[in-house]
Amino acid sequence: MAELKSVGKPVRKKDAMQLLLGKPLFVEDVTPRDALVVKVLRSPHANARIREIRTENAMKVPGMVAVYTYRDVPQKRFTMAGQTYPEPSPYDRLLLDQHLRFVGDAVAIVAGETEKAVDKAMKLIRVDYEVLEPVLDFHTAKDNPILVHPEDNWRSLCPVGADNRRNLCASGQEGEGDIDEVLDSCPVVIDHTYHVKACQQAMMETFRTYTEIDRYGRLHVISSTQIVFHCRRIIANALDIPKSMVHVEKPRIGGGFGAKQTVVAEVYPAFVTWKTRRPARMVYSRKECQIAASPRHEMEVHVRLGATQEGIIRGIDLYTLSNTGAYGEHGPTTVGLSGHKSIPVYTANLEAFRFTYDVVYTNRQSAGAYRGYGATQGLFAVESAVNELAEKLHMDPLTLREKNIVREGMVMPAYYHETANACALDRCIEKCAEIFNWKEKYPVRDMGNGKIRAAGVGLSMQGSGISGLDVGSATIKLGDEGIYNLMIGAADMGTGCDTTLAQIAAECLDCDLDDIAVFGADTDASPYDSGSYASSTAYVTGKAVEKACLELRENMRRIGANMLGCTPEETVFSGKGVSCADGSASVSLMDIATRSMAGNNIPVQVTVSHSSPVSPPPFMAGMVEVEVDTQTGHVELLNYSAVVDCGTPLNPNLVRIQAEGGIAQGIGMTLTENVTYTAKGRVMEDSFMQYKIPSRLDVGKLQVDFACSHEPTGPFGAKSIGEVVINTPAPAIAHAIYRATGVWHRELPITPEKILMSMEHG
Amino acid sequence: MLTIKNYLRPKTPQEAYDLVQKRSNVILGGMLWLKMQNRRVDTAIDLQDLGLSYIRQEEDGVHIGAMTSLRTLETSPILNELTQGAAAEAVKPIVGVQFRNCATVGGSLYGRFGFSDVLTLFLAWDAQVVLYGAGRMPLSQFVQIPRSRRDLLLEVIVSSQPVQASYQSQRNSATDFPVLACCVMKKDGVYRCCLGARPGAARCYEDETHILQGNLTEEKAETFARWVSEQAAFGSNMRGSEAYRRRLAETLVRRSLLALEEE
Amino acid sequence: MEIKLTLNGKPVTASVDADKLLLDFLREQGCLSVKRGCETANCGLCTVLLDGVPVLSCSVLAARAAGHQVQTLEGLQQEAEEFVGFIADQGAEQCGFCNPGFVMNTIALLRENPYPTDEEIRAFLAGNLCRCSGYEGQLRGIRNYLNWKEGKTNG
Repeated sequence: MAELKSVGKPVRKKDAMQLLLGKPLFVEDVTPRDALVVKVLRSPHANARIREIRTENAMKVPGMVAVYTYRDVPQKRFTMAGQTYPEPSPYDRLLLDQHLRFVGDAVAIVAGETEKAVDKAMKLIRVDYEVLEPVLDFHTAKDNPILVHPEDNWRSLCPVGADNRRNLCASGQEGEGDIDEVLDSCPVVIDHTYHVKACQQAMMETFRTYTEIDRYGRLHVISSTQIVFHCRRIIANALDIPKSMVHVEKPRIGGGFGAKQTVVAEVYPAFVTWKTRRPARMVYSRKECQIAASPRHEMEVHVRLGATQEGIIRGIDLYTLSNTGAYGEHGPTTVGLSGHKSIPVYTANLEAFRFTYDVVYTNRQSAGAYRGYGATQGLFAVESAVNELAEKLHMDPLTLREKNIVREGMVMPAYYHETANACALDRCIEKCAEIFNWKEKYPVRDMGNGKIRAAGVGLSMQGSGISGLDVGSATIKLGDEGIYNLMIGAADMGTGCDTTLAQIAAECLDCDLDDIAVFGADTDASPYDSGSYASSTAYVTGKAVEKACLELRENMRRIGANMLGCTPEETVFSGKGVSCADGSASVSLMDIATRSMAGNNIPVQVTVSHSSPVSPPPFMAGMVEVEVDTQTGHVELLNYSAVVDCGTPLNPNLVRIQAEGGIAQGIGMTLTENVTYTAKGRVMEDSFMQYKIPSRLDVGKLQVDFACSHEPTGPFGAKSIGEVVINTPAPAIAHAIYRATGVWHRELPITPEKILMSMEHG
Repeated sequence: MLTIKNYLRPKTPQEAYDLVQKRSNVILGGMLWLKMQNRRVDTAIDLQDLGLSYIRQEEDGVHIGAMTSLRTLETSPILNELTQGAAAEAVKPIVGVQFRNCATVGGSLYGRFGFSDVLTLFLAWDAQVVLYGAGRMPLSQFVQIPRSRRDLLLEVIVSSQPVQASYQSQRNSATDFPVLACCVMKKDGVYRCCLGARPGAARCYEDETHILQGNLTEEKAETFARWVSEQAAFGSNMRGSEAYRRRLAETLVRRSLLALEEE
Repeated sequence: MEIKLTLNGKPVTASVDADKLLLDFLREQGCLSVKRGCETANCGLCTVLLDGVPVLSCSVLAARAAGHQVQTLEGLQQEAEEFVGFIADQGAEQCGFCNPGFVMNTIALLRENPYPTDEEIRAFLAGNLCRCSGYEGQLRGIRNYLNWKEGKTNG
């Protein structure tokens, strides 16, 4: 392959300096200040019905504009999950419901001229609740006589094994081979259950949306969202208005991590604006983000993993119990990844597998999409089980993996029978062991004064987009003087896809990155894109960009040929212009651009859509060194090394930062980010004072490298990077803590108290 | 939500004192905790014009003004020389530099918060406080005063004699509240051991049974640590259980004692 | 009540409620770099300089700033430009929402300690949370800047 000029280069993000210099780029910065302030009054009960709600006193507060209750909203149920229609997530929501299903559920929408007026009015709304017994324990939810969704108009659009009369959001089973027979014949079976809680994405910018009526009388929504097109549909559904009346765009997004793949805040100001015809804005508080948003699905994953004495892994049986909370957003889909992205890592000798799951409704905060999307929970379980197997067999866990991991060219039965056409997992492990210095760090070392150093390992895989479903599109347009505009519907939420997609375009068009101006995302102006989730943008939209640019090249050759008086086949495109193949004459890009605007019938704007029948997994190995204080339980994270196979890294800087950021989030989930509830179902970690995401003193030294493969279906060989990076810390750290203390921790987070007290009683 | 109707900067302590006698008025410290309260304040009293931000050596001790920030305390050469850096150790993990630039010594002590590292440090140090009107009294006496009494805290005074000191704490994450904080100081052969975040307010324990008499050994340190952990009252909250705190106390007290000897 | 203060070098007179937070006041004055990330003084996004000292503008009343100098990133563009390019060269700005607070506190750090060690950088910036970058890239960026600065001084 010719040497690449743009792809693979560590260029700056196009918006980097604007962001670093604090320019006004986010929803609250770019929308008028004088919009109506919208807030939501939230339920103090986990399960209750509104007997009576009185808003007269609230409306008497000067500056109050509206208070809406369940009586004021459309009665058609919908889902807030940002997914392709028909959504697998059940239609189980109303904008406001008489039945409240978790502490934080929406009771009333309050709109006023000032925040002070709204705050005062919220206190004056009188609600008489009929308090009902809640279902709080997800173990008892299935077939519980208390139903989270007893209503008749609950609807599941897809065959996902949902049944609201059984508190089931989804259920199912799949497998191959006779797993019971295989496990029965295995001399070693690891049989444990692993628990991951409903962690929060905790992006720095909370949910926020501005809405107004535009010059055509349509609803114009400016929101911090990863999914402008799904958002348009969901708002139209919620308000029961035509989709044609909704226009959604996003400015810069202050982090998403999947949180903004659910329509969390948008519907409330949208409803206010639609009713009052006035501009409105809702800014979620951090507390609302913690109690009424879209966290990770709490899952308990029961693994039975069978192996020979020699460490050949022959069978994996997985049962996942997933807690979707009060509503079903992403419930039926996240659970799938707990099996599909964990079992295939051990494809090499696998004779049989079974994957069974139930996704249950409870009276807890509704879950959503969070980086890793179920794979995180599944990999904590399977990777921990493999580490437990290694310890049981007294085998180096890297040796054990060498025997069992998936390798390039293998068909993965537990991953829709896809072939691992690009897989450098073996090289990831090898390289990681080298940069981490596994030989020196794996042995347990007593540092004195109760402090023990030890190491652990975890592997990870994810997907690249949703196979056969996700659609990415790109529009590329030649403009005056030979510059280009690239229009996309994917959402750069800080990840840098505006830049990496432009790098692909610059490569294909043989031009400078500065010649590509990027615009996105806007439902009126961008070509359709499912949105930025499921690790799809680089792989799916990236390919659309590549195809669009190649098509535009051909069109520019045709115009050039006309100008040169030859056939397109006789021309070459050089990036600067088009010339005759024999070098006799040429026209510049500027000439072609000028001609394109005068007496021209050949389009210089090309839109291409792309969807992939496969979802090639990126892979990763992570290794951690910790120092455990066995007299306090404190864990000091010393070093974290990781090597990632994301195919071709489109921009080494940006994939590295993705990896480092994902590892840090994984470390937080493993050690400090706790989610606990009061007896009545209220989340106790409702602020950054209580929900402890890592500071820069908590993550140790991170070191990331790459083992490249070439994915034949990806743009320039690329696979995804965004999600695979969050999955290794949990199993690796749990492993290292076991090495230091002799105790396996199978529930996250692993707090100092759990470590110390388990050692005492162990 | 906090609402404030009026804001005043009194020019004299008397003026501030008179204002704070009204129950709906409040003195602003760093405002970090006040801000999070659901409270309607009539007048917020800002002491910034009273010149209470200082750390100075005087004949009767080192005087620390109530409006001195925790960051100033952390970086104070005087205080850290006297304590071999224990003063800095105590406050360094509190959220971040910007937070510590806002938070004040007076606000931290007046609040008598259970989680307070500052209270733990100054109790171990046997500090005195100066209240407007009521005058000077030991900090240990001040913490007993019912909160209903409305005082104006002007300054804290510590001895200008160097002490042997060690501050240790266990936190679930680096910049979180302590699960347990421990400060041990030794002056003129007398040990004072203070435990904070029990999670109740900090309390001091002295070597009543003379376990530590003579040269300190590992064994003595361990015995004393066990004695303290048995004496002390602990409780449970989100950050840790009573049983865990009791175990931690043993470790932190022992380590703090031994750390004194290393210096 | 009426307050007078110096904002980014310019005198400002404004009428504010007694409970107006400096953060909200500054945004109303057009200093939109100042961000809110939490309600509990934990995130560092709202960091501004008050008489040159980094503080959390979410925890300072606008009234308390009366008579003082307040600086936001809008007023320190040149000082920021000297080093933020090195962070951009790592891709460590990511979503950018935490950037202004982080950059402001880095300015405070570099004024106080022009050549900090890695450990001093981590300690000083511990109150600036970032959920995207994992912090390592920010550190690399600052380190590269310091190396460049040292080279420039010695060269």
